[in-house]
This record gives sequence, structure tokens and C-alpha cells, in this order.
Amino acid sequence: MSFLFNNFVELTVTGLVLGAVYGLVALGYTLVYGVLQLINFAHSEVWMFGSFAAVWVTVALGVAPGSALPVVIGVLLLALLAAMTVSGGVALLLERVAYRRLIRLDAPKLVALISAIGASFALAEIMGLRDRVAGWIGLRDTLDPYVRSARDNTRFKNPLETEGLFTVGGYTVSNVDVIIIVSAVLMMVALDQFIRRTRTGRGIRAVAQDSEAAALMGVNRDRIIRATFLVGGIMAGAAALLYLMRFGVTRWNAGFLLGVKAFTAAVLGGIGNVRGALLGGFVLGLAENYGSALIGSEWRDVVAFLLLVVILLFRPTGLLGESLGRARA
Amino acid sequence: MRFSVKTGAPLLALALALSACGTSGGDDEEASSGGGEAGTCEDVAIGYFGALTGSAANLGINIRNGVKLAVDQFNDENADCQVSLEEYDSAGDPNQATGLATQAIGDDSVIGIVGPAFSGESDTAGPIFAEGGLPTISASATNPDLSTNGWDTFHRVLGNDASQGPAAATYIADVLESEKVFVVDDASAYGAGLAEIVEESAGDSVVGTDTIQTGQTDFSATVTAIRSSGADSVFFGGYYAEAGLLVQQMRGAGVEATFVVADGVKDPGFIEAAGDAADGTIITCPCLPPEESQDFYSAFEEAFGAAPATYSAEAFDAANVFLQGILEGNTDRESLLEWVNDYSGEGITKAITFDEDGEPENISVWAYKVENGEIVADQEIETN
Repeated sequence: MSFLFNNFVELTVTGLVLGAVYGLVALGYTLVYGVLQLINFAHSEVWMFGSFAAVWVTVALGVAPGSALPVVIGVLLLALLAAMTVSGGVALLLERVAYRRLIRLDAPKLVALISAIGASFALAEIMGLRDRVAGWIGLRDTLDPYVRSARDNTRFKNPLETEGLFTVGGYTVSNVDVIIIVSAVLMMVALDQFIRRTRTGRGIRAVAQDSEAAALMGVNRDRIIRATFLVGGIMAGAAALLYLMRFGVTRWNAGFLLGVKAFTAAVLGGIGNVRGALLGGFVLGLAENYGSALIGSEWRDVVAFLLLVVILLFRPTGLLGESLGRARA
Repeated sequence: MRFSVKTGAPLLALALALSACGTSGGDDEEASSGGGEAGTCEDVAIGYFGALTGSAANLGINIRNGVKLAVDQFNDENADCQVSLEEYDSAGDPNQATGLATQAIGDDSVIGIVGPAFSGESDTAGPIFAEGGLPTISASATNPDLSTNGWDTFHRVLGNDASQGPAAATYIADVLESEKVFVVDDASAYGAGLAEIVEESAGDSVVGTDTIQTGQTDFSATVTAIRSSGADSVFFGGYYAEAGLLVQQMRGAGVEATFVVADGVKDPGFIEAAGDAADGTIITCPCLPPEESQDFYSAFEEAFGAAPATYSAEAFDAANVFLQGILEGNTDRESLLEWVNDYSGEGITKAITFDEDGEPENISVWAYKVENGEIVADQEIETN
């Protein structure tokens, strides 16, 4: 107990950092659920592809840590752009291949769920076998820095050096901590405004509320669904870069555990609720850290999921419990 | 290593550091008379049993090459006694191992097996070898329980995990002179077992413990615990994937404590995951640095175009125990098993004798150090 209080600030900050990543990934689950009432289990792979895109940018540019600030910012922005593009692209591909036809045929939700799980495995394995894939097209040697050790951890050569900014309660908050938490909140606000104020956002809300009525009112349902996947993918791409800045490595199956946690965060905050996703992420990240501190790291998942059960017992719709369709305009 | 999680690039990067006048492990050390039995080794083979394909292939290939070098050298020196090498590729899979073991038993020319390479496959194939009376010497399986099954055919030439733990504790206490040790484990049978042994051996100097989960990527709570304990060294029992992330996050949070790990981390994958944070890490391993024996090192490099890697030298020793026995005229399984049980001789890694359970009587555990992104030999650790 005293350990928790003595290190309260440190546990809080690192918990919020982890929670920010959970929250951004959770947005993808929440948006798709809000619009289609469907859990996109392949979303974790969307994130994973984004993380590799960011890693590959740093491999290609080969920037050493401690470069001049404009260079560092340029590389990070490029990595962010690459991660968002790839994640967004994979999300769109997923919608096209794994969902579109099923949605058109109005297939049972369970069919789409299985399709998503299958797509998740396929995407993860493709990344895990990328050295073989490169071999088939005869580029194994050319692409070696990108595909070697395909089943091991791949390191993000972070151009930004971690530096302490200020000390609170015995913990030195680093620049990376601040960047991650602030970016997550900013992106959250931007997305919230996008859904509230733009035409596409209004379309998303309309389809979430009643897709048939929305179609009658002239909303292009297919286009809105695509936009939803794209926005979720872009958020996952941003989450991928933030994750790499903090944890430094990714691997072909890294999406699985993160996906489970992000999905939990989405449910915790109220699935279908955009603000709830980030809140759920923060709460989950903090719960994991406090739980670890109280009774040991091996209990972190027990504590986190116990919290989920307790919250759902009292608030079955999650913390904010408001669906995407009913968000006030 | 208890079981394999290896996929990494070949462990080629071992730097030349120490030099020593290794013996060649040749066939004249034990032999008093050799050539007299010539002509009796028609149709005699020894086998290599372990992964040559699959995700753990690199580790198995290191071992197979050690065996192959021993057999080739033997055949060059003994023109009238040619021994062939049979390869049993288990892919490191305990389920495939049983069928292959039965196949090996069925081939009467195979009278000795170097392997099985990993503990999991040793566990499933062991009873079959015992049943068939086929002597085995493993160069890499370290699960302590393997020798307690009553298989009289089982032998190994390296110390098991019960010797590695105390050695790591000795290094922490005597070489690092650390008075505050923090012990972390990954809850796996291998990692938790080792961590427990280190914890017992380190006694009062343990200032804290924590358990993480395999597959976990965020260790912030563990790092906080390490920092607030004021530890000057951290022992981690587990595999290289988590080890890389843990040390990277420790350094990121400004924890300077020396990071000490065991053979499950002796892999380039650790350096890939940890980057610069890996520097200064101490890795214990019951394996001899291949460059300790110069003759072996250069012969191996010439034969395979790459430096010997983890457990190549141990495999070379294991194969030579069989080959010397064959030269002495032990050309059936029964007499070769007796030969191995009574064996006493100098290998390139250590003086080799087996106790009645098939465990080596001389154990050496080495400390390796990560320097500039490469795993190099540091020193041998005094055991017992």
C-alpha cells in the first residue's frame, strides 16, 4: 500500500500514457460498433500494420538519435503520416474484403464477427511471414532490413531522445510522456468535433442512429461506413506511433493483447461512445498500474478485468454509456 | 534452453575476445590403443536429433554443425573406420519427436544420438530411446527434471538450470558486488524456476521481487518497483523478448541497475528489442564461448563459413564421446552405452564424466556481457 502512495505520481503518469494508446485504438472499435453494431476484431491488426509502417520509415531514413530538432520532428511527422496512411489503407481494405459484401447481404452479425477474426489471423500471419513473402517476389535481399527476423521484435529507431522535463512527486515526467498524453487528448477532441460538426460526421451519427432512415434522407450508407473505417484506422495509426515512442518495439502478433485491452477500454467507456473510448483507456491504464503496484504485476489483468466487471454490473452501458447516434450536435 | 522460442538470425556475431590453448578434443586423449580395432566399424552411424527446420532451426543447426565437424574430422583421421551421420529433424516439436525416435530405434546402424536438442522433445523422445537402449547425449537440453526419469540412456554435457541459478547469484554477489538485488520472473517454468533459485541463493540481499507475464509489453509498474527499491542489480528469469523490453524501459526511466539474465536471453533478438539499452547486460549460460578453443573455432569456421554459435562446442564434445567409443570397438548400442556411462576424458568445453543419472560431473557456467550491441564472453563463473 505504501508503495502505491510513495510512487503515486509515477504510476499515474505511466498509466495515463498507456491509457492514451488504449484509448486511441479503442476509438476504432467504438466507431465501427456505433455505426454497424459489429465488433471489428481485426482492428488490432490495423494498428499493427501502422506500427510497422512507422518502424520502416525510421529504418529507411536511418536518423540517429540526437539529430537536430527540425530533422527529428520531420522524421516523426513522416512516420506518423506513414502509419496513418497504412493503417487507414488496411482498414479500408478490411472493409472491402471482410465486411462489405456481408453487410450488403445483411448477413447475421456472427458471420461478420468470424470474418473479422479470420481477417485478423490472416493479416498477422502475413506480417509474421513477410520474409517469405519478400522471397516470393525475389526481393528478400533488397528488403532485408525490413523483413529480417520476421517473427521477432522489431525496434523503432526513435529519433527523439527521452528527456526529463520536470519533476513531480519524485517522478521526472519526460517529453515522451507529455507528447503522448497531449496528442491523445488533442486527437480525441478533433475527432469529437469532426463527428459533431462536419457533414460526414453528421452522416456517421445518422447511420448509427437509424441506417435505413438515414438512407431515405439521402445519406450514402456505404460511403459513411468506409469513412468510419478510415477514421478508425487513422486513429490507430497515430496510436501506433505513440506506442512506439514509448515502448520502442513491435512484432507481428503485438496487436492481439493490445486489441483485447483497447476493446476492453471501449466497453469500459461505453461502446459506441467516442469520448468514452478515451476515458475508458485512461481508466484501464490507471487500473492496471495501481493494481500492479498494490498486489504485484502478475495481477494487473485480474485487477483491470475485475474493474470492468464491477463497472458493467452497475453501469451496463459503460462509464459514459451514450451511443454514437445520440451524441448531441 | 528449456524450450525454444528462437527465430532470430544466426548467432554469428560473437566477437573474438579471449584466446586459450584449447585442445582439439581429438580421439587420442582417452585412447590407449586405437587402430587395433580397425575394420569393425562397418555400417556404423551416430545420429543428430533436433530442429533443422522450424522457428528454432538456428539453434539446432548450430548443434548439428558441431556434430558434423566431429564426424568429418574423425573420418579424415580414421580411413579404415568410417562413421556416418544420420539427421533426425524434429523441427523442435515434441510431437514429431516420438515418431522420429522410433524411426531411429528401428535403424540398427544408429548406435548413438547427439540430442535431443530441446527439453520438450527430450521429454517425449526420452522413454523411447530408453526402451530401445539407444544412448543419447544432449548438448543443450537444460530442464533439471530430464535426468530424474530413470532413463539409463540419457546423458548431457552441460549443466542444468539448477546450476545456472546459483552461478548467476554468485556473479551478482562476487563480481558485481551488488548488495541490493531485485528479482523479476516471467512466470514460465524456466524463468520462475531460475528466479526462485537466484532468490534463494542471494538471500538477504534481495530487496524486492515481481512477476510479469509473457507477451506483456508495458512494464511501468515493475520499473517503478525496481526504482523505488534502490536495487543496484536486477535479475530477470525469462526469455529474450520480454527481457529486451524490460531493460529498455528500465533505462528509459533512468534506472541504472545492472541487468542480469540467463541463457534464454542469449540471442540476437534481445539486442534487437533492447537496442542501446542492452549494453552492459550480463548473460549467464552453461555454454563455453566457442572462441575458447582456437582449433575448434577455426576448423568450424572453415567448414561452415561461420563462427560456431551457442552449443556448437558442446555438440562437438558429445559427438566425440561416441566416436572415441566406436574407435575402441564399441560398435553396438549396448557396449557403447556402457562406454558412455564409464567415460572420462577431456573435451574442448570441459572434462567430461557422467554421474549415474547422466548429468555431467563437471559443470561450467560462463558469464557473457553485451558490449556495443554484441554478446561477448566475460568470464567463467565459479560454481558449487
